[in-house]
Amino acid sequence: MIQVENLYFRIGEFILNDVSLVVRQGEYFVLLGPTGSGKTLLLEALCGLRKLESGRLFINGQNVTDLEPRRRMIGYVPQDYALFPHRLVEGNIRFGLEAEKLPKSEIDRRVEEIAEQLRIRHLLNRRIEGLSGGERQQVALGRALVIQPKVLLLDEPVSALDESTRESVCGELKRIQEELGITTIHVCHQLQEAFMVADRAGILKEGSFQQIGTMEELTRKPRNRFVAEFMRCGNLQFQHGNLQQPFHIT
Amino acid sequence: MAFGETPIRGWSGLLFVGSLSLFVVLFITFALLLILADILYIDWQAVLTVMTSGFIGHALWMSLWTSVCTVVLSVLFAVPMGYVLSRFRFPGHVIVDSLVDLPIVFPPVVVGLTLLVFFTQTPIGRWMESNGFEFIFQPKGIVLCQFVVSASFAIRSAKSTFDEIDRRLESVALTLGCTYWGGFRKVSLPLARNGVIAGAILTWARAFGLFGPLMIFVGSFRGRTEVLSTTVYLEQSIGHLEEALAVSLLLVAVAMTCLITIRLVGGRSVRL
Repeated sequence: MIQVENLYFRIGEFILNDVSLVVRQGEYFVLLGPTGSGKTLLLEALCGLRKLESGRLFINGQNVTDLEPRRRMIGYVPQDYALFPHRLVEGNIRFGLEAEKLPKSEIDRRVEEIAEQLRIRHLLNRRIEGLSGGERQQVALGRALVIQPKVLLLDEPVSALDESTRESVCGELKRIQEELGITTIHVCHQLQEAFMVADRAGILKEGSFQQIGTMEELTRKPRNRFVAEFMRCGNLQFQHGNLQQPFHIT
Repeated sequence: MAFGETPIRGWSGLLFVGSLSLFVVLFITFALLLILADILYIDWQAVLTVMTSGFIGHALWMSLWTSVCTVVLSVLFAVPMGYVLSRFRFPGHVIVDSLVDLPIVFPPVVVGLTLLVFFTQTPIGRWMESNGFEFIFQPKGIVLCQFVVSASFAIRSAKSTFDEIDRRLESVALTLGCTYWGGFRKVSLPLARNGVIAGAILTWARAFGLFGPLMIFVGSFRGRTEVLSTTVYLEQSIGHLEEALAVSLLLVAVAMTCLITIRLVGGRSVRL
């Protein structure tokens, strides 16, 4: 479970303002919002890569607000995957296990296991520069999952992929998440993507949550005009400042 | 002919490559002509004298070991300094950044003069000189001179390289269980390898041929603080132009051999 309590921090002109969020154990939560709304910053704050001015963060009940990133046990897949170009695919996946100083036999076993699970065994001896977008995504996911994190944070994991690949990769992400039962936050700005994977979603605008709920709730009962427009029903339903039936601003 | 993996085709392609290559040809031709002029002028008896001279051998050895020490010392400073200047913003960052470039800008001879003033006129310098840290007219002073003049190249090159490395790679390393030190050692440092090597080559080239500050700070004593660059000056100042020329050619040959070797050995891409 992930708990964010009254998170506040400022970067230049941008403020992540009093953000609170609860992502339930085993839930697939999608963070939606336009570019520059603070989605990536929120993930980076969860990872411990940003210094908070106030607020608290909990992972599975443990207060991680002041913990170093390495002690948070978070599997993080950043935008464009940030794979290590000086290591082979296998070297990338082994990285976290080597950092934990696990015995070589254990590292080999876990790398094999995750490669099998993600169906990327054939890529293990490949160099990063030769991989396709979809393959990179799978490797980045493998690298994040192999350390057996408590939560998984995915920052636009499929935005670099073409539309047809995106759909199948989203299906894969959902399958793996359900298989592992891992609490996941997935950042995206494509509604289609969110509909495919989300148990619940939250919409951010300029550093504040506008609404949190299931995709259906967000679509059928948008809390304000921004949510309505973001969910693409605003242009159809929103007239003269009022949203007509069957949609309600609540 | 190919531009990366794209073949060059058509007149416009040939014109493009031809006009750019013209500058390469002109530069290389001029450099080769200069060396050729020396070779044609040279007295081969003088070459023999130089090659068999114990003093010249000593100067060659001094040039090599002092410049290698300077490179090691420079890289030792360049990697952490380049990283700090690239990754952290602190009060006075611009000043520190500019100070690093200072030795590149001012004449090397000023370094010799400054070091001499520091070690003879200031309490700290005098204390160092009288407590085992003797540099004036000592081989150690050669390394110090070379370091002050040429370390900037290594630092600048390291900083530019770290600037180009995506910081998110380090961030990901931190989330994967690395300490800050571990992220630096396992991610940033291997990726900065080529830039650090390039900086080391520039540093070595600058240090190997250094002359001005050495004459002021350590002098050029035969068999003691003489290096190849100061040998050239000494030989021509006493009228041995042929010997000076032979030493110059030796300097060029050693420098070329070292530079090519470093590029071949150090420039290979790492496969981990």
